[in-house]
Amino acid sequence: MIPIFKKTKQLEAKIDEFLDTILQAALEFKQALKYYLNGDLNEFSEREKVVDRLEGRADSSRRDIENQLYQEMLIPESRGDVLALLENSDDVLNLIADTIVEFSIERPEIFPEVKDQFDSLVEVSIGAVEEMVCTMRSYFKNITAVRDHISKIMFFEKESDKIGEKIKRYIFDRDDIDLAKKTHLRTFITYIQNIADKAEDIGDRVNIYAIKRMM
Amino acid sequence: MIWIFLSSGLFLGWSLGANDAANIFGTAIGTKMLRFRTAAIFGSIFVILGAVISGSGAAHTLGKLGDINAVGGAFTVALAAGATVSWMAKLGLPVSTTQAIVGSIVGWDLFTGSQIDTVSLTKIVSTWFFSPLLAGIFAFILFNILKFYLKRVKIHLLQIDNFTRIGLLLIGIFGAYSLGANNIANVMGVFMGSNPFKGLSLGFFYLNDIQVLFMVGGFAIALGIFTYSYKVITTVGRELHKLSPLAALVVVLAESLVLFIFASQSLERFLVSMGIPPLPLVPVSSSQAVVGAIVGIGIARGGGRAINFKKLYKIVVGWFLTPLSSGILSFILLFFMQNVFQISTYKPIKYSITEYTYRDVPSTLRQAIEPIKGEVFANAREFKEKLSELGIKKEDTGYLLSLARIDSIYIDSMIAKRELDQKWFGKKRIEAVKKLHGRMFVHKWQVVEELSKISDEWKFRSSDRRYRVYNRELKKMYDTIFHVFSIQNIREKFKISPE
Repeated sequence: MIPIFKKTKQLEAKIDEFLDTILQAALEFKQALKYYLNGDLNEFSEREKVVDRLEGRADSSRRDIENQLYQEMLIPESRGDVLALLENSDDVLNLIADTIVEFSIERPEIFPEVKDQFDSLVEVSIGAVEEMVCTMRSYFKNITAVRDHISKIMFFEKESDKIGEKIKRYIFDRDDIDLAKKTHLRTFITYIQNIADKAEDIGDRVNIYAIKRMM
Repeated sequence: MIWIFLSSGLFLGWSLGANDAANIFGTAIGTKMLRFRTAAIFGSIFVILGAVISGSGAAHTLGKLGDINAVGGAFTVALAAGATVSWMAKLGLPVSTTQAIVGSIVGWDLFTGSQIDTVSLTKIVSTWFFSPLLAGIFAFILFNILKFYLKRVKIHLLQIDNFTRIGLLLIGIFGAYSLGANNIANVMGVFMGSNPFKGLSLGFFYLNDIQVLFMVGGFAIALGIFTYSYKVITTVGRELHKLSPLAALVVVLAESLVLFIFASQSLERFLVSMGIPPLPLVPVSSSQAVVGAIVGIGIARGGGRAINFKKLYKIVVGWFLTPLSSGILSFILLFFMQNVFQISTYKPIKYSITEYTYRDVPSTLRQAIEPIKGEVFANAREFKEKLSELGIKKEDTGYLLSLARIDSIYIDSMIAKRELDQKWFGKKRIEAVKKLHGRMFVHKWQVVEELSKISDEWKFRSSDRRYRVYNRELKKMYDTIFHVFSIQNIREKFKISPE
């Protein structure tokens, strides 16, 4: 019986590492955008590389986990759910990586008046991702805590909607800004809001899976 | 020859193994939590152990229902039960070996005109109703405990998975043991009265003749598990398949507990020592216990919506249909065996008010039975009819039946030395038997009387509940004495012709 426990302990560690990677990438993203807002593009591109590396690592570790779950026929009952969770959370990471690449290519102009608000938008969206990671950890280890984390995700997602809307209203009310710049900035606001949206989707899934696991 | 007669019982065992293993390891194998080979090996070992170690309790109750004393009869009774099980399973009806064998035995009782032990019959039939109910209650409680526990402890999903796997194996082992202990009576119980085997010494421990018989039956069940249960698990849409491994854990545990409490003599002894009335030891149906347990979980999950009433209805129909059809089939088959194939299906048990009986009867009854003194009756039915003609009350009839039964017993000290296991009987009891060397007895009760006079060890204790287990063990010893020293058996064994 001991070898079984050893093997699953390893897999447990792998799942934890995978979630760590997502969390790390999300925090790096937040940091990168802070540098971007402050105009430190060198540091921004350094962070961009880190995010890219983390994204690659998460991909391979996800595949590794999936293979092991199938090959060793573990958790037959929740295997499908766990796979869906892993893949969807990987999508969040992809979204983060894609957004940072768009930033580095398109270099959208963020007007000084909305800088603080933009910063808050990034803060709450990444807050949703952090809570998403907590939700997933709870799904594995502490099922009763799932609910609390999901409430937090929902809060952050709503907050990102509100802040985004506020910024959009502000810039579109201004007559002195070029429409192209307005729409350009709007696109990036939407990108960042999407991250929170995706995190919320995952929260909803975990909610259902957790109910299923309560037998 | 003996194997030909045993074949119907072995077939019954095989089909029990093939079908009922699914109730124990079905989900574990279906969801790939356990490998079939692992489950089959452990399952087989523990089915056999359960049958040999704890099989006699339930078998004893079944034996009381019909003391089938000729191997031809045992063969036919088991054949009728086996045929009913196969036939009803083919029709897709829920069928239980337990109910089939009980029907067959009653068929034998009716055919031979033997007395039907209504107390045992009531005990057995009421357990059929009670066991799914009990399984449901167990499942309900266990499910809630598990849910409560899993909510509170912080175990990783993967570790829960590991524990579930180990749990399914351990509970499966317990289930297999309980199945063997409880259901071996269905398979081999009818052969107890005509048991061809002798005790077997296996170094450290000794298996008595009945245990050897049960071991053979256990091997038949194991064969069923190995050869056919995988097919049953994977092809037949079993209830257990739709359960999650954790729910299956609860169902199998509830089912095994039910099988166990209706089979375990140790538990009975424990309850008696605690002053709690024990449950009867009776063979029950594992499939029906499973359905009960699933209903229990359904209620725990969300009230009555989860209950499949159609399934329950089918079970209730099965309670009546199975024993009825196997009883009728058994009767018909016995008729053919006896009259067409000339195979003896029973050793006729005669009844007569002998000089000894007459002396033992209370004076109030003497006058009433005076007219039939010395007259010999071919079977219990005829004797009972005569007694009622004479206007004898029902409560006295049972008493007179036991006094008037003719058995012909001859005690021989050489046979005692050879056939009686000293470990089981103890030195004192065997010495007491030897003292009766050369004596002939017409009635069993005379032997009891004589042996009780010689040694206290042979005395039954008062019918107080505390002595129930002791008395039953002593009764088993007496049964062995009657079997070993029955003149008919001695003749068969030593090939002495009646002349």
